[in-house]
Amino acid sequence: MPAKNVDEITAEILDLASKSFRVPRAELAPGDDFFKKLGIDSLQALDLLTQLERHFGIELPDYELQGVSDFRTLAERILARVG
Amino acid sequence: MLDLNQYDSLAAALRDALDRFSDHVCLIEADRERENHRLTYRQFRDQSLPLARALEDLGFGADSRAAILMSNQSKWLEAAYAILYRGGVVVPLDYKLTAPEHSELLAHSKAEVLFIEYPLWRALCQAPGFSPETLRAIVVSEAPANADLGPARRWEEVPAGREATYVARKRQDWASIVYSSGTGGRPKGCILTNENYLEQCRSLTTWYPFWPGVRYLSILPTNHAIDFMVGFVGPFVCGAAVVHLRTLRPEFIREAFSRFKITYASVVPLLLKNVERSLRARFDELPPARRRMLDALIGVNRALTKNRPHPRLSRLLLPQVHKAFGGELLALIVGGAFTDPATLQFFYDLGIPVANGYGLTEASTAITVNDLRPFRADTVGKPLPGVEVRIAHPGPDGVGEVWARGKTIMAGYLDDPELTAETIVDGWLRTGDLGWMDDRGHLHLVGRKKNMVVTEGGKNIYPEDIERAFEDLPVKEFCIFAANYLWPVRQLGEMESLVMVLRPDGEGVQADGLRDAVAVRNRRLPDFKRVSGLLLWEREFPRTASLKIKRPELARQISSSVERGAVTPL
Repeated sequence: MPAKNVDEITAEILDLASKSFRVPRAELAPGDDFFKKLGIDSLQALDLLTQLERHFGIELPDYELQGVSDFRTLAERILARVG
Repeated sequence: MLDLNQYDSLAAALRDALDRFSDHVCLIEADRERENHRLTYRQFRDQSLPLARALEDLGFGADSRAAILMSNQSKWLEAAYAILYRGGVVVPLDYKLTAPEHSELLAHSKAEVLFIEYPLWRALCQAPGFSPETLRAIVVSEAPANADLGPARRWEEVPAGREATYVARKRQDWASIVYSSGTGGRPKGCILTNENYLEQCRSLTTWYPFWPGVRYLSILPTNHAIDFMVGFVGPFVCGAAVVHLRTLRPEFIREAFSRFKITYASVVPLLLKNVERSLRARFDELPPARRRMLDALIGVNRALTKNRPHPRLSRLLLPQVHKAFGGELLALIVGGAFTDPATLQFFYDLGIPVANGYGLTEASTAITVNDLRPFRADTVGKPLPGVEVRIAHPGPDGVGEVWARGKTIMAGYLDDPELTAETIVDGWLRTGDLGWMDDRGHLHLVGRKKNMVVTEGGKNIYPEDIERAFEDLPVKEFCIFAANYLWPVRQLGEMESLVMVLRPDGEGVQADGLRDAVAVRNRRLPDFKRVSGLLLWEREFPRTASLKIKRPELARQISSSVERGAVTPL
């Protein structure tokens, strides 16, 4: 399977976030602040991290979310572990 | 437990505890479904003393300072014990701060040695202005095999099996410097003495005893004064065990309660609400008849525990609920921020007392705690044994500033005699919080005199500390305030937010443009430090001769001429 790029991973995160937090997919963009856009707190953001782990089949330590608040940066962190 | 009156220092008490309880488990560390390890007190000693020896080899001794920058794990406590064993001063740093903030606090604390986790070390090395040369030794845990650590050494490289020379300390000697806040502007490093810890531990364990067999789940960061006390000192001097989770996600925390049969845990209001939400959702899914039965049993439990908790009875009445918490839980401890009384009552009615309290790092941790005799959801509890509380300059409604005095009050702020003199007057710690005492000796908190916010995650936020992130805003001047400081409401909690007051630069400034400019900078801050509202202000800010903003005066001008509703949400 060819390696995914950051855009593909971002798109998958947006799909998953849209489904799981019931926000229309069209309203989500890569640069969005996911705390605000999804209306979630820091604990719910950790839940999102768990869902992403399952989706991508990787382990993401909690510290990967430190200082991250937009989807694209999150995708970059995931890419570093998927790759 | 040990008789803490007999000891002159925290290290002396801990050293005896490691001998007395040598075969009991003291630490369990888990990550997701895996258990990393469990250590007895003897094994803990055997892991810590080589670190103390490494410190000794460096010439680290009485009053030397060493910082710990790690998330909750066994190595955190091993490092702390090694530092104390050598007579040193522990500087616990908040791992959730940013790398530049870590760099700043390291410099301020004058730490000579740093114990740090690899991801934090990697980030710290990239922080502008960070110079590892100021540190005599850096010990990094969890570094990948191929990682270049620069001047640092690996934890695993510390030679094992070596003993160290114990350095005795006195009660008034410093044990730690704990930063209660204050990056950016004026770091507030609270100096806590051996006496502060021993006395706080003695009074807390009077009401909430630990003993061998008790398991404490450590969720709050260990750098926080609460977890250092109830997730380290308290359990250790009583022979209890501490459980660390490397992944603090709600699902793993929930699972840990039953898996490790937890007795106590400290939580922040945010987590408590999260658990409440999931329990309520499960209750709502019950078929109507079972739901009615559950409500009836909760009612019976409420009546039977009116005067004090009856854990065994509650477990019999509500077995499913208690099973989910492991069946051994005696209390959840919550502090650091305002907790909704309805949430406290919800848990108490299920037979899970929430020991809500009130404290400050400046007072070691707690000043008041709910003694559960009876449980009160509407207060922050009674002063702990040995702590005096008074309400200074009360108004007609009895509300005044909360002052506290006793052996748990810090020695002062590091290198800031001026702030120390303002904060501790004649032995009384002026908390800056407003409250009143009822006729049963319970403290009620109603607001804050000071310009600050305590988040639901238990973080102290001082608006001055955040302003640096907005320095390049295209405005004439700006200032950030806690909304409650401008428009006090006699209620803490959800109303707490940060408001930026802006004086636009020139005419025709587009409010939308300013909003975007603030939003962009906001995103660079951790979510709990973000400004949540804007207020445009046309008048010049009042300033001192040295051009500092006169915040109290500006706040008075704003609150007397503008309503809270004028704030535009971001």
